[in-house]
Amino acid sequence: MAFGSGAMTNSIGEIRNADCIFVIGSNTSENHPVIALEVKAAVRQRGAKVIVADPRRIDLVNFAHLWLRHHPGTDVALLNGMLNVIISHGWVNQSFVNERTEGFEALAESVKDYVPERVEKITGVPAKDIVEASRLYAQSANSSVLYAMGITQHATGTHNVLALANLAMVTGQIGKPFSGINPLRGQNNVQGACDMGGLPNVYTGYQRVDDEAVRQRFEKAWGIALSPRPGLTLMEMMKGIAEGRMKALFILGENPVLSDPNAEKVKDELKRLDLLVVQDIFLSETAELAHVVLPGVSFAEKDGTFTNTERRVQRIRKAIEPIGNARPDWKIICDLSSRLGYPMNYDSPQQIMEEIASVTPSYGGIRYERLEGLGLQWPCPSIDHPGTPFLHKDRFTRGRGKFHITPYAAPPELPDQEYPFLLTTGRVLYHYHTLISQKSKGLAEIYPEGLVEINPDDARRLGIKPDNGLVEVASRRGKVKARAKVSDNLPPGLVFMTFHFKEAAANLLTIDVLDPIAKIPEFKVCAVRVKKLG
Amino acid sequence: MKEVILKIDGREVRAEEGMTIFQAAKKVGIEIPHLCYREGLAPTAACRLCVVEVDGSRTLVASCAYPVANKMVVRTDTQRVQEARKLAIDFLLSDHPYDCMTCEKSGSCRLEKYAYEFGIRKSRFEGERHDYPIRGRNPFFERDYNKCILCGRCVTVCHEVQYCEAVDYSERGFATKIAAFFDRSMQETPCVFCGNCVSVCPVGALSEKAGRFKGREWELQKVPTICSYCGVGCTLVLNVKDGKVLKVTSDKELGINRGWTCVKGRFGFDYIHSPDRLTEPLIKRDGTFRQASWEEALDAVAEGLKNIKSKYGADAIGFLVSAKCTNEENYLLQKVARAAIGTNNVDHCARL
Repeated sequence: MAFGSGAMTNSIGEIRNADCIFVIGSNTSENHPVIALEVKAAVRQRGAKVIVADPRRIDLVNFAHLWLRHHPGTDVALLNGMLNVIISHGWVNQSFVNERTEGFEALAESVKDYVPERVEKITGVPAKDIVEASRLYAQSANSSVLYAMGITQHATGTHNVLALANLAMVTGQIGKPFSGINPLRGQNNVQGACDMGGLPNVYTGYQRVDDEAVRQRFEKAWGIALSPRPGLTLMEMMKGIAEGRMKALFILGENPVLSDPNAEKVKDELKRLDLLVVQDIFLSETAELAHVVLPGVSFAEKDGTFTNTERRVQRIRKAIEPIGNARPDWKIICDLSSRLGYPMNYDSPQQIMEEIASVTPSYGGIRYERLEGLGLQWPCPSIDHPGTPFLHKDRFTRGRGKFHITPYAAPPELPDQEYPFLLTTGRVLYHYHTLISQKSKGLAEIYPEGLVEINPDDARRLGIKPDNGLVEVASRRGKVKARAKVSDNLPPGLVFMTFHFKEAAANLLTIDVLDPIAKIPEFKVCAVRVKKLG
Repeated sequence: MKEVILKIDGREVRAEEGMTIFQAAKKVGIEIPHLCYREGLAPTAACRLCVVEVDGSRTLVASCAYPVANKMVVRTDTQRVQEARKLAIDFLLSDHPYDCMTCEKSGSCRLEKYAYEFGIRKSRFEGERHDYPIRGRNPFFERDYNKCILCGRCVTVCHEVQYCEAVDYSERGFATKIAAFFDRSMQETPCVFCGNCVSVCPVGALSEKAGRFKGREWELQKVPTICSYCGVGCTLVLNVKDGKVLKVTSDKELGINRGWTCVKGRFGFDYIHSPDRLTEPLIKRDGTFRQASWEEALDAVAEGLKNIKSKYGADAIGFLVSAKCTNEENYLLQKVARAAIGTNNVDHCARL
């Protein structure tokens, strides 16, 4: 919204050349381990300064020059505070602001009240650290921001992201090598799923369905009339089911029962569908509810491409034949489409990519024969284009970069007498979204069950044994039992859980309040109480 | 960077100041034998296999660590050099088990390669041999320090790539070995099981547990592909035999990860052959699944969708594409939604 595209602005390989790396809402070492190696190399080999903003003492804190331990859900306040400091100390990159952005005056006005002393009261971060972080970020030759779901999975997620964009534009830390805003995408092809039009309002390459000219182009390419109405997001679909408007759902390789906030409700809603079809490689919690289950294949059993978090389109290659009677997913979809009266006849994924390139300007130059080696980073508009390592070089995708006003609002649910702990959720190194890591023996052996991490003082007060005492964690929505892991990586009053395991699914507890703009649920902050069981 | 001109094996070589002799030689296609050196890691100069003659130097020098200089004259293939290398291999073999016939690294082991190339059937030296117990309580890899040649690659990787510092040299002299602190098992250390040490071990000291005794190096088909876990997009190499993925390795020449991986990428692949995999289409009748043919299952889906569309309209149907499937598959599924069904109700779980 601020720049015009949602992707890493820079390449992974550029991280080690940044002078200042600001890591916020990303436990990089556990969730993007190989990117964390780049951060560590920047520190140890080049003397880069790392600023970590995280309530938990994550691994990268050990490599950080500065650790801002802000209270969960106060990111916007912290970032507004940094903007305030940068403006009041005269660290603004005035020529960048003048030439490439719009709306600076209003932004400056809006952060006037976020003086470090006030922000300290909201976030718990000492005022002098806020000033030092601002100085480092603004005044280093090249500063790069890395963020992940710790920024987006909040009721104020969109504001969090926009506040980061404000920070980069005010200081001109974007549009050049080694500097930019870099969301680290959580799943192997989440970038590609978005690029390919896996969103209700856009076709491939973020071309809007309600843009008349775009739609006409797709109607011509696909030979059929298309709906001009943007569709529903996943959360809206769930609501549609509850209201009886949605009757059928086709789910490809996803497990919303485990990954959705308020999982029990999702389960009830999916049960109300007239037709639920799930295409997956395991009988997931979601597939168990389906009327028809279609067995697809793993990445080892098919050809195709994934697009990584730095917009790099890379080849995956078939290594083995499909297991049992399973079929490559692209073939299943073709067969289904033909049965629906819209025949699809492709010989290979290569041929499908040629069609994608023909309807998608940013993928225009993507061809399988060009993807040997390191692949290509979009935008890659033509067959002779080398791809784009970093974005927004001379202009933003939307023209001028736009400053957005991002007022701080407290999280929708905070601890109180009845639910005195703040629960935050995430992943751990040894596991992944939901099922596949648990079906891998070694990973399951080394991290077999979901744990509740809790501060030693809190644990002692509640009489929880330091080695795996059983506890019950309850919120206003549900409760789960799990073993406790006592850890001083957490401040008192905060507990941490993963959402990997159905036996201890944190998403039974989380609140289903959505960010009003991006429709992303608040996974990172809710109130719970913790009780000792065993 | 200042350019220096030197002579290697009679050839004039232009190199940059700061390069090592090894790198300069490689630039013009001269391969110098080596065990401990690995591109991208700081040299330990431990194995003495890469020694070369440098005019004016009293002793042979380790080319992996010795910097080039202007007008330097280097010889990489003299009899003196070859004898020194042969002796180095001979010494290593004097304390190395001769169990290549069951060693997982056979075929890719660098010690085996050089023993073969120098034609050393048996070490000339008889002496004390190590008899360490094999360590392998962790589920991913085994440590057999009887085979360790103390090249130090695993230590360098752990300290300078992973910054984990889980293993280091311990003891002194003949008793020197690589160990975690207090010689504990890896689970008791800060080890994150990235397995990058296993990937750089030139011999059989560190080896994956996966695929053990299932296939020899030369029987394995190597298929480079992209990891199925997070969004970094590391290149992995699937090692395949008889339609099974036996293990995952990595290659420093391939991918943005340059051969480095995390625990999930390297060791988290056996879900592919999990007995829980779905292998047949299923249709639910009266609350229980029964196996169906593809014809039957696809017809049921198509009929169901068509009925709902005609009764409630296209917008009563929704599609979730997948962040785990390929671009091509996601493209096709949203095309099915928009073109075949006629709805823009397309989303995925990226918000979660």
